[in-house]
Amino acid sequence: MQTRRQKIKESYLLYSFKRDKVAMVSFTILAILLLAALFAPLLAPYNPYDTASIDIMDSEIPPSWTEEGDSRFFLGTDIQGRDLVSTMLYGLRISVMIGIGAVILQALIGIAVGLVSGYFGGRIDAVLMRIADVQLSFSTLMVAIIVSAIVQIAFGVGRYEQLAVPILIVIIGIAEWPQYARTVRASVLGEKNKEYVEAARVIGLDSRRIMFSHILPNTLSPVLVISTVQVANAVMSEAALSFLGLGMPVTKPSIGSLIDAGFEYIFSGAWWITFFPAVLLIVFILVINLLGDWLRDVLNPKLYKG
Amino acid sequence: MSTPIVKIENLYKYFDISGGFLEKLQIRSGKISLHTTEVKAVNGVSLEVASGETLAVVGESGCGKSTLARTVMGLYPPTSGKVLYRGERIDTLSARQMLPYRQRMQMIFQDPYASLNPRKSVRSTLEEPLRFHRKKISSKEVDERLAEVMEQVGVNPAWRDRFPHEFSGGQRQRIAIARALVIDPEFIVADEPVSALDVSIQAQILNLMMDAQDERGLTYLFITHDLSVVRHVASRVAVMYLGTLCELSVTRELYETPRHPYTQALLSAIPRVDGKKQNHIKLPGEIPTPIDLPSGCVFHGRCIHADERCKRESPQLLKVSDSSGSLVACHGVAEGRL
Repeated sequence: MQTRRQKIKESYLLYSFKRDKVAMVSFTILAILLLAALFAPLLAPYNPYDTASIDIMDSEIPPSWTEEGDSRFFLGTDIQGRDLVSTMLYGLRISVMIGIGAVILQALIGIAVGLVSGYFGGRIDAVLMRIADVQLSFSTLMVAIIVSAIVQIAFGVGRYEQLAVPILIVIIGIAEWPQYARTVRASVLGEKNKEYVEAARVIGLDSRRIMFSHILPNTLSPVLVISTVQVANAVMSEAALSFLGLGMPVTKPSIGSLIDAGFEYIFSGAWWITFFPAVLLIVFILVINLLGDWLRDVLNPKLYKG
Repeated sequence: MSTPIVKIENLYKYFDISGGFLEKLQIRSGKISLHTTEVKAVNGVSLEVASGETLAVVGESGCGKSTLARTVMGLYPPTSGKVLYRGERIDTLSARQMLPYRQRMQMIFQDPYASLNPRKSVRSTLEEPLRFHRKKISSKEVDERLAEVMEQVGVNPAWRDRFPHEFSGGQRQRIAIARALVIDPEFIVADEPVSALDVSIQAQILNLMMDAQDERGLTYLFITHDLSVVRHVASRVAVMYLGTLCELSVTRELYETPRHPYTQALLSAIPRVDGKKQNHIKLPGEIPTPIDLPSGCVFHGRCIHADERCKRESPQLLKVSDSSGSLVACHGVAEGRL
């Protein structure tokens, strides 16, 4: 009998991971960023949400290694006098939270729709897939702009600031579920005619049980792959929305709203407010995409390198 | 013969392959009309499977034998006709009403690489039917039952936590048989259970199935294209061509005196090892498409004995010998000219 630990040790996934430098570097950076985001309150030198600790006199201080730098603020401060390192850590936390939350929502809707659509086929399939097409034909940004505009009017800007995170999760989640639905549907179509599904029907199992306990586990590897890319996409969508002023408010900035906030001052010389969050965003998205590529290659048996 | 365990009455199964609404639209003689294209897989088959026997259904690829098997199991609803189980009609039952019958009839599939869920261990594959049909069963009983069935099919019960990819094709087929046997059915449909296996493994699996039949008094509906397998396992043989039955006979009788011209051609194609020169009957032409069936006897286009009547009238299955109960659907045999 193999123990679970041995199985992981001998798995092809780990084997190929150890031989892929890009995957290892990406994974390390991603792990560091995620941990930093998770433990932001412990790691950050200041609390950017605590207005009492912010001094407006500290605003727009350049990074500490430049001439006018202040040794207290390593990457400088933003326009409100917040330490940029701390604000970025807290911002990353919000971005990751929105990204993962939105992907979970997308996956829940998408997998359910894809399973039902692929398994039952016929008219149900046609209706659900046309709905997905309609959803895809709206760009994420357009849906987001309309919804957040309506919400901001309906709840007022003050209330919107509290609700921003769940609203962004719902907006991005709903905008992108067809990606999952299509992927899952395609694999369900491939799986549902296999004999093990017929065997389950011969036993007398009901459709729901066949769908979720027999077919779903066999469609999960493409879902895993698109999930990585979708997290990156969701973080990017959130950044884009925030940049357009429709995302996180300046009082609780995500990476995107930080970039936006600094963008207004970039020509007055305060380049660091936009530059560092932008670099952080690019690195974060890049490592996720590189990991996703690696995962796709590993889980694709046709590219099995052995 | 006692009351049949399964009776198929005038079964038809058509598949609509015309696709969506737009593909059905056709312009014919200036008018737009809806036109459906159907594959006529099974055309009016009537069969009785007696308790305890092995009835083999043979025929070439695409003759509808697998469709027949799946329709009997309720995987496909029949287009028309009836399927009766011990006198009760089962083809019109809802999934819930069907449950008691699901415990009594099971199926073994062709490809052991596809018929086991790759993500489920042997244990959960075998447990599922048991726990589903006997809600009150205790874990200890499940374990005992699994061990017993795995022992019977020749798979070491210690391997129950392994996954299908860790087994060879023959072992997987044994596990698939175990899955069918675990809820103690009385009737098993075997859809080409050995044709995906090596010849050396085929005999083992066939012997396993025959042993299980002896021990449990099983009845088999055995679908195959392999005539040497049929001779080994079957008590009666039904020969199918293009969705219709052409001959139904006791195995020995069929092999010694095949009556239908198609059966004769089929049997002449069995390779022989004794080195004698073979007299293949070469059928002219190709198999007609099941979308557009020939009129009259479906075999008339390729039959060397066909006459005008064969082109017009489709023959009925008629009893040709009282002693064996052989049935043949051929005008030539009925008229006594063959």
